[in-house]
Amino acid sequence: MGLFMQHLCEPDTLCHHFLMVCYLAAIVWFMGLAFEPFTLRTYMSENAMGSTMVEERFSSGERALSLAKEFDAHKRKAGGMPMEWLVKAMQARGLEVFTQSFSRKLPFPDENKERYMVRGTNVYGILRAPRAPRTEALVITAPCSPGNSNNQAVGLLLALAQYFRNQIFWAKDIIFLVNEHDLIGMQAWLEGYHHTNITGYSPLQGRAGSIQAALSLELSSDVITSLDLILEGLNGQLPNLDLANLFYAFCQKLGVLCTIQGKLQRNDWDTAEGYTHAAQTMMLMVLKQACGRSWGDHGLFLRYHIEAASIRGINGFRHYKMDVATIGRLLEGMVRKLNNLLERLHQSYFFYLLPSLSRFVSIGYYMPAFGLLAVILLLRALDLWVNLGAPALEAVDGVTEAEQPSGPGVLTVLTPVVISHLTGVALYLLPVHLQEMAVEHFPVSETEAVVLTAVAIYTAGLALPHNTQRLLSGEGTEQGWKVLKLTALLYLAVLLGCTALINFSLGFILAVTLVPITASMTPHMPKALSALAMVLLSPAFTILYCVFIYQELIEAPVSVSEGWMLFLSVISQGILDHALYGSLVYPLLALFIYPCWLMFWNILFWS
Amino acid sequence: MAAHRCGLSLVCILFFSSLAHPSRCDTLEKANDNTATKRSISEVNTDGSVAGEDMNERQWQSTDVEVNRSDGTKNSETFTPAPAKDQFQEELVIRPLHSGDIYASFQFRTLWDTDFLQEGQKKVSHYRLFPKSLGQVLSKFSVQELHISFTQGFWRTMQWGQPFIPSPPGAELWVWFHHTVSDVDGNWKELTNVLSGIFCASLNFIDMTNTVQPSASFKPLGLGNATDHRFLRYATLPREIVCTENLTPWKKLLPCGSKAGLAVLMKSEKLFHSSFHSQAVHIRPICQDEQCTSKAWELRQTLNVVFDHYTSGQGKKEWSLFKMFSRTLTEACPLASSSKVYVDITDNPEGELFELSPATPLLSQAVVLGDRRTYSVYDLTRAETFGQLRSFNLLLRWKGDSGDMLRPLLHAERYVAGFGLQTGEIHTVIYNNHPYRAFPVLLMDSVPWYLQLYIHTLTVTSKSRDNKPSYIHYQPAKDRHRPHLLEMLIQLPPHSMTEVTVQFERALLKWTEYTPDPNHGFYVGSSVISALVPSMVAMSTNFTQDQPLFSSFVPVKEESSYFVRVYTEPLLVNLPTPDFSMPYNVICLTCTVVAVGYGSFYNLLTRTFQVDEPSPPLAKRLANFIRRIRGVPLLA
Repeated sequence: MGLFMQHLCEPDTLCHHFLMVCYLAAIVWFMGLAFEPFTLRTYMSENAMGSTMVEERFSSGERALSLAKEFDAHKRKAGGMPMEWLVKAMQARGLEVFTQSFSRKLPFPDENKERYMVRGTNVYGILRAPRAPRTEALVITAPCSPGNSNNQAVGLLLALAQYFRNQIFWAKDIIFLVNEHDLIGMQAWLEGYHHTNITGYSPLQGRAGSIQAALSLELSSDVITSLDLILEGLNGQLPNLDLANLFYAFCQKLGVLCTIQGKLQRNDWDTAEGYTHAAQTMMLMVLKQACGRSWGDHGLFLRYHIEAASIRGINGFRHYKMDVATIGRLLEGMVRKLNNLLERLHQSYFFYLLPSLSRFVSIGYYMPAFGLLAVILLLRALDLWVNLGAPALEAVDGVTEAEQPSGPGVLTVLTPVVISHLTGVALYLLPVHLQEMAVEHFPVSETEAVVLTAVAIYTAGLALPHNTQRLLSGEGTEQGWKVLKLTALLYLAVLLGCTALINFSLGFILAVTLVPITASMTPHMPKALSALAMVLLSPAFTILYCVFIYQELIEAPVSVSEGWMLFLSVISQGILDHALYGSLVYPLLALFIYPCWLMFWNILFWS
Repeated sequence: MAAHRCGLSLVCILFFSSLAHPSRCDTLEKANDNTATKRSISEVNTDGSVAGEDMNERQWQSTDVEVNRSDGTKNSETFTPAPAKDQFQEELVIRPLHSGDIYASFQFRTLWDTDFLQEGQKKVSHYRLFPKSLGQVLSKFSVQELHISFTQGFWRTMQWGQPFIPSPPGAELWVWFHHTVSDVDGNWKELTNVLSGIFCASLNFIDMTNTVQPSASFKPLGLGNATDHRFLRYATLPREIVCTENLTPWKKLLPCGSKAGLAVLMKSEKLFHSSFHSQAVHIRPICQDEQCTSKAWELRQTLNVVFDHYTSGQGKKEWSLFKMFSRTLTEACPLASSSKVYVDITDNPEGELFELSPATPLLSQAVVLGDRRTYSVYDLTRAETFGQLRSFNLLLRWKGDSGDMLRPLLHAERYVAGFGLQTGEIHTVIYNNHPYRAFPVLLMDSVPWYLQLYIHTLTVTSKSRDNKPSYIHYQPAKDRHRPHLLEMLIQLPPHSMTEVTVQFERALLKWTEYTPDPNHGFYVGSSVISALVPSMVAMSTNFTQDQPLFSSFVPVKEESSYFVRVYTEPLLVNLPTPDFSMPYNVICLTCTVVAVGYGSFYNLLTRTFQVDEPSPPLAKRLANFIRRIRGVPLLA
């Protein structure tokens, strides 16, 4: 029996084929999610938003544009947030106006946005709802970006404030927020509002109770051809699907072209092009969600259990154009429906993927794809477990004899596990802390220093484990690598499982690349070939592939060298996101996934 | 310890002496330049008889004191009040607010010269002006004092200043029972249910889980030196929504109903088309006369509304009684002994801010909330007020621009800090904007039991230094039985921001304890800040202008500080909520399974089975039919 067990999952057995089938089935299942007949049509679950009628009457589009011009002029004059003008403009519209100043020092200079020491001001005005006790609020934000962009958003914000002020139907206070330095300002405002961290910020004076929903508005031109909805927030969190449904419903009602991931919906799902289009849209969402950063200013709200989305106006040079008044009406309708909410948005899904705005894949549909991958790891682990237990079963009479072989096994396992994790800690800590030393000794900028240190530590880690292991414990036994592999397999399964529950996309992408090579890894394989395969399927290369696929999907393909530069900037952004907003992808990769991968690397060079 | 006691007793004394009615009018004889005939008007104080203290002698003699005196002697012989003894007064104060909004405050005061709480007093059965429904409640439940308010909206202190009578959002009820009551809780329970019926409100939701007994914050405002807080009950319902159904029973308590007098202005579609709406009933015993030989009951009905100049004015900043209330005044309530409309013109001495028409020669000055205010007075009992058209429509035309936000001497705000559904922190921020005076405030917080306060995390900081409260009264909650009660006496340094924080953990409720809309969140009532605030009058340096020098060196006591009560916003806190659709699905599924399974089993077990005789073939039936006709025996 033991003999049979030993060969259970060796190559060319039934089990081996079954695992291969599992892997292929997972991929096919996942790709099938974008096929329209397999998905569900979106529908409004929230009763308070679905059945109520709203008539949109906003018509001051011209005023919004003139306000935008005025704002632009004052922004140029002030060289940043025109605080005094904005305070006056909001006060003149009957809002209670407050400001918040903040300053923040980044761990290292952000080269994409060219900032290091950040100092700014948020201006917000609260429209107090009549006869409401200040317990609930909605937020509309528009970032005050440098240069020419987003002036129209601020203009529309002010015009909306003026229009909303004259209406009597508000049941929730509405906060109009103009934040400087996009996410950093938003972070400062949110932390100040919820009083979670107030170092470096001036405290907020005016509040309006618990925020129920937030909309972030980005408009950069007077004429808009389509509106793009951005949902992906920090750590892959998504707002309730009803918010997306609300946006879609009003786009339909007002005849506005709406996109998600910048992709217009197609009707020909039964053609190959139609399917590819849906698959691309979904892949883009998966990639954006997996990278764990906030793709709009709304992303930071989600942590506070505030449903939020960004709406970005795109001037795509289509025939169909719409003016600012239409967008104003769209926002008016959305805000009025949100105002009707009796409870927080909770009826619809929080975990979903969108192949298009009118179709969604819920967690119940996409989880089997991941489950099929996790089964591979678990079956492999079970196989090893039975394998390791087999000699013990044979030695029926002597308990001590059975214990003996596993004794050194545990010890040999401990060394590589600890060493891999120390490498991970080094990868997590050293890049930021060693930047000054690196800048002194090498002719690089701080940002480059951080990223290159990270790459160097990552590469050095490849050499480290099997050398030290050889140094410490000498000859590795057959039993030893099996115990190590069993541990590593279970560890990886738990890691990926937890990740997939929180952020499915990240878990799935890691599982797709890590599972095949880790499941089949033994020290008896051809060294060079398997080493190459392992490196090509390591977490860093996964990021590199994701960069290329992403560029391909947004129809801006890059050359290899450009891709490399993008890869480096993605790493620096990941480290910055972690330091600034608490994104968890970088620590997850550095502290857990990379050490786990190193353990398998260790098995390959087991001797 | 001694210091604590000292501080507490001081505050008690101060609160007790400064009855909640901050407006204390002075007689003003002002020669009016506008009118050719120089008339001196003495305006009469409406609150004068509250405690019978510090009042101007001449004013007393000119008004109702004579009547009271003559009645006071008779009071001991007869318990049936003579018709002349009851009194009804009505007034409306209109104050154009700093923000450009309009604040209208109605007060109706009914006096009833009887004392049914006294021993040996027979049951009162005769009612004249005082509403019978309330009188019966008072005598049945031995109520010493009753204060109830219904408020929709939040008073914006930063824009509107202090209200005349503050109230928290939702419903608030506090009652002092007579000291002879043995079962206070029982009386309280019944009383809330009865009041719930009288006012058409959900006061029956007041139970022991939201009732507290504050030790220092709520002192009796009328006669009686009861300070034993065992006889006090205080409860708020922050979620209560106030609407016309509460207004109608409130209006019915008035002697004239809404048929005549100021009450004709109370059209609900206008009153509820406003930024703030608050209606209240205050009942308390007061002295009948100066010597206080016998008691009288005072029923004070107040209604405060703030109209928004943006939404209702449609850009035009013009106000009239007709625009505000869609009615004009044609007469005073015939039962009223005084009926007046006051308009605050303090900020408008030369008419640069707004223009008032018709103009009135009557002026009155009073120290209200520590500030000397001037009012134009329209006396509705005089025929000339109504003019030729027999209708009085006050018109107010704005000229100036609305101002910046105010900096009231005392204001407060409250919010929940933190995120997630496990813990949180309640922050109460109290601002003292007085430039050089420190003053103590009494903070009262009543928190429901499902927010489990970590009282060891209570911190009070002013100017980033620890500010130790001189008195703390804390009663911990019991799960499902009573709420937390926290009372603290805090000294506010001048020009400072004091922050009171306490952490809490959110409890997991039983599934039946959730409201039908659990994802809306749960309310925590406003915290109450009671304080004696240094007066603006005492602060101003040029107050010698209208007073003789010899009177102004040492500030007069009652003008040096005034009592104010500030309510913070209520909080909306989310508790961890299960997905209620899941149990619903499970219930549906199990019900179906049980119904189908049980039904078929029941069917099987109880049905009696019989062998069904196969029906005879057609030929046989036909043959039998023919045989029956023929009268021959049928075939088997």
